[in-house]
Amino acid sequence: MSKERIQISEALYDIMPSDYQDLVKSATYGKEDRGWKDIGTSKELIEQHSLCAGCPESMAFRYILASLPNPEDTVMVGSTGCTSLVFPMVAVHNIHSLFGNQNAIASGLKRALSVRFPGRVKDVVVLAGDGATVDIGLDMTLQAWFRQEKFTTICFDNELYANTGGQESGLMQKGFVAKMAPVGKLFDKVRLPEIARESGCHYVVNCTVSKPSLVEKVIRNAVHVAREIGPTYLQLYTPCILEIGKNSMEGLQEMRDSEKPAERFAYKEYISEPAKQLLAELAAKDKERKAAAKQLAGQASA
Amino acid sequence: MADTHSIIGTKNKKGQTYTDTWKMMNEAPRTPSFYTGSEVIKEAIRRASCDVMIAYPITPQSEAAALIGELFAEGYIGDYFRGESEFAVMSQCAGAAFGGARVFTTTAGPGTMRAMENFPMWSGARLPIQMIVTCRGINSPLSIQPDTLEIAYLLNTGMLVWHAETAQDFFDWILKGYIVSEEPDVHLPLALCCDGFFVTHTKDVVNLTPADMCLPPYDPYRSPVPCMDMECPPVRMMRDPFVMKSNYISYATHASWQQEIWAAVERSRKHTIHWLNGLIDTENTDADIVIVASGTAVSQGREAIRMLEDEGVRCGLVKVKALRPWPEEEIRQATKNAKHIFVPEFNVTGWLAKEIRATVPNSQRVHAGPHVCGGMTMPPEIIVSEIKTALGMKTFSMAGRGS
Repeated sequence: MSKERIQISEALYDIMPSDYQDLVKSATYGKEDRGWKDIGTSKELIEQHSLCAGCPESMAFRYILASLPNPEDTVMVGSTGCTSLVFPMVAVHNIHSLFGNQNAIASGLKRALSVRFPGRVKDVVVLAGDGATVDIGLDMTLQAWFRQEKFTTICFDNELYANTGGQESGLMQKGFVAKMAPVGKLFDKVRLPEIARESGCHYVVNCTVSKPSLVEKVIRNAVHVAREIGPTYLQLYTPCILEIGKNSMEGLQEMRDSEKPAERFAYKEYISEPAKQLLAELAAKDKERKAAAKQLAGQASA
Repeated sequence: MADTHSIIGTKNKKGQTYTDTWKMMNEAPRTPSFYTGSEVIKEAIRRASCDVMIAYPITPQSEAAALIGELFAEGYIGDYFRGESEFAVMSQCAGAAFGGARVFTTTAGPGTMRAMENFPMWSGARLPIQMIVTCRGINSPLSIQPDTLEIAYLLNTGMLVWHAETAQDFFDWILKGYIVSEEPDVHLPLALCCDGFFVTHTKDVVNLTPADMCLPPYDPYRSPVPCMDMECPPVRMMRDPFVMKSNYISYATHASWQQEIWAAVERSRKHTIHWLNGLIDTENTDADIVIVASGTAVSQGREAIRMLEDEGVRCGLVKVKALRPWPEEEIRQATKNAKHIFVPEFNVTGWLAKEIRATVPNSQRVHAGPHVCGGMTMPPEIIVSEIKTALGMKTFSMAGRGS
């Protein structure tokens, strides 16, 4: 485990910010079965955030950061938008460079890390909004998939440009009236999950972030498949409560309503054959590990 | 990770010896070789210990970019691929540099313009990427011909900008460029420009350093900013995400960082002078007339000077090697005796003449021209003609030019 990389010199300990001291003391870098259940009992990898009160994106950030299987060797790539207000508070290395170029940045980054650290795991995870992923950055999103770049792309789909004040985006629903869509959006929500599958992604999931256990599962799967096989894509509904006229406490219900079987965020997944095999192997190993731990615990108590 | 000094004298996987750069460039034996400019780029990169090169086809850099691919296939470069556009390529270069790689790329004309948003980002993020710019027209209607207008757009990006005259400059400056760029007090990208076709597609004798010597590898931890590889603590970078906030702290932070980028350009001055033996080269600057030029306009100026000498007109020459950092004091000194300063250029707006006018006292001495553009060559005769006309001397009319 690599917590030695974040140790504080004794002489400087008392002048370090308390949230950094907390990271050293109780963050879950290197914990094998880390997950959303660590929230509340450990130091999270996200400090305060400056999103709107009740923003589902903040929940998504917390679940994702709690679920990354290997945060001590993960570099994240963001883009311009609400997410770029959060990344400065995230305790894994992360890059913001321009609007829409996140998958190009990640392509160069992943290759550089592979050249520099052969034989070591260095995961790269992209996290950007739907404007960045589907509109301004679509060519780079798709081309990274065509090239089979080995990183995960996460799209926070709030179906509009939130940070600039609620303009139409490609992932907006048809007919929705918004800024720059004064008579309602005239074309369908872009079907990026299907496009992702056809573009060579090995693991694609479309869902909301209403259930932390589900977010944990899909994040772990997506990162493992990207590490071993090829590109993966997660499209997560993180509604912009502000721009769709909801109150702070209504984000969760909005997600629950939108994930019902006939709705646009009903859980959908695609897993390629090699990815299925990998995930089955990982599940078997996990089972073995848990059984061994149980046996050990049994012996200890006997 | 081994530091740069302890690695000197050891061999890389291709059997090349990591060599002290000063010794490699100034003391090692040189072999004269007859190569195109594109082949010279390949030979320089063979010796540059590059980690990642990202390519995209655009004339006139396509050949060089493809030749680097051959180096990758031979095992001289860590990774290489074709990106999908120059905007994407420059972002991929950024990603690789954020991840601690020594990065190389090449572009030209419309490609430079398409990628433009990346360049201030490169400098702002302190990424010492080297980009070869083989200048060509950027106007519409479409042109692939030599024209240096794109350099004007690079001058305010915070990148170091050098302008090579010959393939020999190119070979030496690619290697020296990494050393200047990667100095911790600089750590900025370098746009190493040349005039497309004139340098890339012509053959010239170039003195090459031994192929079994190469630059020491890039050490990404000799940097003013952390490398994004999770090998150092993932500190929370800011107390507040002031990036997009509208308050005084936000403005002050951005302002001071921009000032720091340009301070870093300034700090590159001493390293550039050391490695390039000055930001400018001069000949006969005691003359009343001085030609100041960069790129292949220098070669044409030199030829014009020889022709003028035959007619008894003595003329000096200033070759501007570095455009950023700008050799302000050097140009002032070199032109202090000049009654007339001529600035021949391969572009329509005369950006170099504007820079020089803003630099020298009594700027009415600066004659912005001759200009050629759109792919036209610059025969030394038109420089001679420009100078003689300004001096009130009789000139021959040039056929087809309507004069």
